[in-house]
Amino acid sequence: MIVADRKSLDDIVDMIGDADKVVVSACNACVTVCLAGGRREAGILASQLRIHAKEHGKDIEVREHSLARHCDAEFLSDLDEELEWADVMISMACGVGVNLASELHPKHRIVPGLNTTFYGATDAPGRWLEMCGGCGDCVLHKTGGICPIVRCAKSILNGPCGGSQDGKCEVDPETPCAWQEIIERLEAQGRGDDLIAVEPAKDWTTSFSGGRRRRVVEEIYEEDEEASA
Amino acid sequence: MVAQPASDELKVGSNLEKVLRSGQFAVCGEMAPPQTCNGDFLRRKIDIFKGNVDACNLTDNQMAIVRMSSIAAAKIILDEGLEPIIQMTVRDRNRIAVQADLLGAAGLGIRNVLCISGDHMSFGNHPSAKAVYDLDSLQLVHLVRQMREECMLVSGEGTPPKPSKPDAPWNKVPTPLFTGAASNPFGDPAEFRVVRLAKKVAAGADFIQTQAIYDIPRLEQFMSQVRDRGLHEKVFIIGGVLPVRSPRALTYMRDEVPGMSIPEELVQRMESAEDREEEGINICVELIEQIRGIEGMAGVHIMPPMWEKVVPEVVSRAGLLPRPTFEGSRE
Repeated sequence: MIVADRKSLDDIVDMIGDADKVVVSACNACVTVCLAGGRREAGILASQLRIHAKEHGKDIEVREHSLARHCDAEFLSDLDEELEWADVMISMACGVGVNLASELHPKHRIVPGLNTTFYGATDAPGRWLEMCGGCGDCVLHKTGGICPIVRCAKSILNGPCGGSQDGKCEVDPETPCAWQEIIERLEAQGRGDDLIAVEPAKDWTTSFSGGRRRRVVEEIYEEDEEASA
Repeated sequence: MVAQPASDELKVGSNLEKVLRSGQFAVCGEMAPPQTCNGDFLRRKIDIFKGNVDACNLTDNQMAIVRMSSIAAAKIILDEGLEPIIQMTVRDRNRIAVQADLLGAAGLGIRNVLCISGDHMSFGNHPSAKAVYDLDSLQLVHLVRQMREECMLVSGEGTPPKPSKPDAPWNKVPTPLFTGAASNPFGDPAEFRVVRLAKKVAAGADFIQTQAIYDIPRLEQFMSQVRDRGLHEKVFIIGGVLPVRSPRALTYMRDEVPGMSIPEELVQRMESAEDREEEGINICVELIEQIRGIEGMAGVHIMPPMWEKVVPEVVSRAGLLPRPTFEGSRE
C-alpha cells in the first residue's frame, strides 16, 4: 500500500491561506490503514483548523467528507458538490489522489494534506516499513525478496558496503542492513553462491527519471477508446 | 613477505603500480582537499609526503562534506611532483558524470583511482542532498577496468564511439587508470567480506586499500581467508593505518565509526602514555611492522587526518625509506 504522513498544521494553514470555506476529504483506502488520511484523521484536522481559526479571530467553515478511494475517477465525481461550495479542498489522499482529483476538477483548488512517502506494509501496529521503490525492473528474485534499491541506503546491487556492522546500517542504527538480510536469507535457502556474480549497472530507464510513466494493455485500451468514440 | 602478483608488465605505469609490481612494500599517504579553493593548502603539505610515500590519496568529499574536488586537488599535487590517487565515490555522480570525470582525470595525467561508494550524505554538511548511487562501487571498479582494457563505456559504446572517417581504423583510446577498490576486513557480515573482496577482484581491481587497521588478529583471520582463495596473488592489498594522538580518537572510532575494530589494549596504552603523540607514533609503527609481516600484504596506506606532519617519522621508523625510484619517473 501507499504510506503517507500528515503535513504539519502550520504547513496546512499556510496552504489554505485566507480561504473561508474548507472541505477536508478523507480517503478510505491505503492512507486510512496507515492512520494518515482516513475519516478519523480528517476529523482531527478539521477540528484543528476550526480551533486555529478561532484562536486567530478568523471565521472559517470546515466540512468533513470522505471517499472510498481518491485514486479512481468513478469515486471522485462525488466531490462535485463539495468543491462547488468550498474555496479550497484539503485532500487527505496520497499524491495519486491529489493529482487525479485536480485533473478531474481543474477549476478547483485542491491541496495536499499529506506527504506521500513510500510503498510499504504494516510491520507492527502503528509502524509501516518501505518495501518497494517502484523502479520498474524488479530484482527481488536475486535478493531473496529484499529490495536493495530502497532498503539499502546506497541502493547497492553488490552489497554490503563497509558500513554494515552488527547487522545494522551505518546511516541509521535502527535500520537493518538490507545486504546482511539478503545474505542471511539466501544462505538459509542454500543459495549463498548466487551472490558471487557481479551484478552489472542497472538500467534505470524504467524508473522515475523519464517523466510520467504509463502502462497500457492494448486490447483493453483500444476497445475502451472505440466504445467512448 | 610480499607474495604478490609481481610482474614486469605495467598496465598503466603509475609510480604506485611500478612499486607494487616490483615486489616492494608500497607506501601511500592521504590528504583531504581544502574546504575552500585554496590550492596552497595542498602545496604546503607536498614536502611532507614527497619522497616518503609512493602515491597520495585525495579524498572525494569525505564524510559528505563539500571540499575541493579530488581531481582538481590531484592535479595540484601532480604538478608539484607528488603522485595522486583520486578517490571517486558514486554518491554524487551518475554514470555520465563518472565517465566524464574519469576521462578528465586521465586526461590531466592522473593514473590511479580508488573506487568507493562514499560516506552517505546524512553524515555531512548537506544532508538534504539528493542521493545519486546510479552505480555501486563494484560497478565503478568494473567500469574503470573496462574503459582501460576495452576502451568501452557503460553503454557499450567505444572511446571514441565512432572512427573519425568511415574507412579509418578504429582508433580506440584507452583510459589509463590503475584501478583501486576498498575493503573493510572488520565489517559485517564477517564471512562475506572476503567474498566481496573476491567480487572486487573479479570486477577488475588492481589494488585494494583497507579500512584503518588496529586489530591485527582479525586482519590475520581475514588474510588467511584471502590466501585460501588465492586473492593475494591477483590483487595488491594495501593495509590502512591511521595514527592517533589521543585515546579519545580511538574510542571515538570504536563507538562512532561503523566497521571499526579497536582493541582495548591500544586504548589503555594511549591512556597511560606520558607522551601521547609519541605513543601514537609507536603504535602506528608497530602496526605497520605487523601488517608487513602478514603474507599477502603488499603495502600500507597512512591516513593521518590533520596530522600529516607525522608521516615522515612513521615511514622512517617503520624502515620504509628510501622509497624506490624508477628510471624515467617524474621528479
